[in-house]
Amino acid sequence: MFKIITAVIGRDLKLAMRRQADIVSALFFFVIVVSLFPLGVGPEPDLLRKLAPGVLWVAALLATMLSLPRLFADDHRDGTLEQLALAPHPLGLVVTGKVIAHWLVSGLPLALIAPVLGIQFDLSADALVVLTVAILIGTPALSGIGAIGAALTLGLRGGGVLLSLLVLPLYIPVLIFGAGAVDATVTGLGGEGHLSLLAALTFAALGFAPWASAAALKIALE
Amino acid sequence: MLEADNLECVRGERRLFAGLGFKLEAGELLYLQGRNGSGKTSLLRILIGLLPPEAGEIRWNGEPIKRLADEFRADLCYLGHLNAIKEELTPLENLLAAARLADEEISEDDAIDALEQVGLAGREDLACKYLSQGQKRRVALARLVKEKRPLWILDEPFVALDVAAVDWLAGIISGHLQRGGMAVMTTHQLVNIPAGTVRELRLG
Repeated sequence: MFKIITAVIGRDLKLAMRRQADIVSALFFFVIVVSLFPLGVGPEPDLLRKLAPGVLWVAALLATMLSLPRLFADDHRDGTLEQLALAPHPLGLVVTGKVIAHWLVSGLPLALIAPVLGIQFDLSADALVVLTVAILIGTPALSGIGAIGAALTLGLRGGGVLLSLLVLPLYIPVLIFGAGAVDATVTGLGGEGHLSLLAALTFAALGFAPWASAAALKIALE
Repeated sequence: MLEADNLECVRGERRLFAGLGFKLEAGELLYLQGRNGSGKTSLLRILIGLLPPEAGEIRWNGEPIKRLADEFRADLCYLGHLNAIKEELTPLENLLAAARLADEEISEDDAIDALEQVGLAGREDLACKYLSQGQKRRVALARLVKEKRPLWILDEPFVALDVAAVDWLAGIISGHLQRGGMAVMTTHQLVNIPAGTVRELRLG
């Protein structure tokens, strides 16, 4: 069971390394969107501290969205998706591998760069730690939920826009608890509660989403 | 033994075929023929379980493939219209990745040997996007060299191949049949497969 997951992860990571432009462009998008806010709003530390969690999280959602349309589309176009569906394993496990690989190349870099961007918003050290942890444990849920949308819109013309309309509303809980954790830390309430809810969302998404995506992929392959 | 029983296929509003059945024993090859749009590829996709038939059932060694699921797919090797190779990876990496995903053990030496057989010696480490159409097809076909799974389903395997490669592939398929394997394939060019029992099924 773990063999197929690691095989898929290994293959997808190797492909991502050969196409680094994709990873870098999503990351730069995140950096630029976040950096525009302090420039646009002005250098008022109180206001920036208040804006920071929301801005960083919304930018993280959008940056994740950028790479989602290609999650299955490339495999679908060159026929590898058929071969994956014909592998002697449940398709859900294959999708689990793809979701983990997607997180490693999209969510993880966001979490690593978020504290640097948080400094622009005058966040305290505590808040930066919580921000990093929140993005670290929240982004797998984004990859998981996004996989369902990517599978449902596979092969549709203009699927990218539809994908955003489908997936962004489902990201709202992650946004609320993710931004809430940082917000609570900034106001001194402690973000642990939000973080555990975020972790619960991620576990639920990772357990459920691959199988829902697999069902959608089977329909797309008919 | 592969059995198809009373299959019916409807695509869109059109019924492509109905009441179709056949039986394939070890060492037999089934040639699917028919004009474009007669449902050859649809039939292949029904046989591999990607497309549910409107009616009817497919059995592998007496058990419906729907129930066997993973077990059936472990015995199946499918080669479609699309090459299923990644342009960014080299032929060698493609071959090894495909084998790992299909849960097959294949050593690097075996893979290099297979690529040499399909005439890609010296190009193992070149990304597939720099290969020609025919060479990409050969990368896809290299999977068959070390393939030990008993049921091969091949969709137009001879397309984009030169004369020498067609002969080589016919040899590979007859070797598979001699070892007691089975194959179902569609083709527009009739190629002489020297071994095994060849049967034909005409659609439409």
